[in-house]
Amino acid sequence: MAHTAHTQPNYIGVFWWLLALTILEVGVIFMPIARVLIAILLVGLALTKASLVAMYFMHLKFERTTLGLIAVTPLLLCMLLVFALLPDHSATPHLTSAAAAPTAPPRSR
Amino acid sequence: MSQVAALHAEVLEPAESPLTPESWGKLGMWIFLAADAMSFGALLAGYGALRYGSADWPVPSHVLGVGLTAFMTFLLICSSVTMVLALASIQREDMAGLRKFLALTILGGLMFLGMQAYEWSHLIHEGLGLTGNPWGASLFGTTFFIITGFHGAHVTGGVIYLSSYLIRSLLGRLQPRHVNQIEIAALYWHFVDLVWILVFTFVYLL
Repeated sequence: MAHTAHTQPNYIGVFWWLLALTILEVGVIFMPIARVLIAILLVGLALTKASLVAMYFMHLKFERTTLGLIAVTPLLLCMLLVFALLPDHSATPHLTSAAAAPTAPPRSR
Repeated sequence: MSQVAALHAEVLEPAESPLTPESWGKLGMWIFLAADAMSFGALLAGYGALRYGSADWPVPSHVLGVGLTAFMTFLLICSSVTMVLALASIQREDMAGLRKFLALTILGGLMFLGMQAYEWSHLIHEGLGLTGNPWGASLFGTTFFIITGFHGAHVTGGVIYLSSYLIRSLLGRLQPRHVNQIEIAALYWHFVDLVWILVFTFVYLL
């Protein structure tokens, strides 16, 4: 049961980064810029934070590359899933809108 | 050791895990987490598809308490730090430190769950439900409760998981040689934190 020896990361340093990025995220939603830009910034910040947790807290930075590939695979599959769902919502726009809800046809007696 | 016994030992001795030499359990946890990540990924992708196809989806940051959930995010990040410090403690064979940081991690998880319960009860009181939403598309409520509920169930599982190790340690049944078990539990807890980082962005901020 050997334990992999590696230099311990600066966990408190990672914590301060995560805290700063979280504050930045909350600040971004109030910025007077285009909504698309806000979305891009938020996704970028979230992926950076998730990477910090995976690399340093989960020690992925110190693991074998193949284990990293196992960890990254779900992200790639989920991105594929998003593209697979694209035709669905372009074919049924405003599916969930209350205004688009069909009214029940009158019953014939 | 006789020749027969030596042969038996060779047959029964498990081969070393190819990716995680520390233990097979760690590889098992990574594979479980990859599968679990797909569950969350599918929920978030479904959320995106429904939101994109809706004309009256409310802006989440206008109707959900971003301040409270930002603090919940901070709590989970803190609990991840205490979890890595718990692991560092058992690696140094400091069992008192392990117990202290495990207890703090569990406390962080319990506080997170308490705040989630408060948030849910507040939103339900305002009329948000699994099938109803006073601010527009009803599926907003459905997706909100399913995604945050699924994550909350993971936090609950994590609190129970870590509590079992704290109890074992208090009973003297956890030794420094069990370091791999704590490392595996820590992987699960950090995953719960990682997923919340994504849920916070996609469900509350975007």
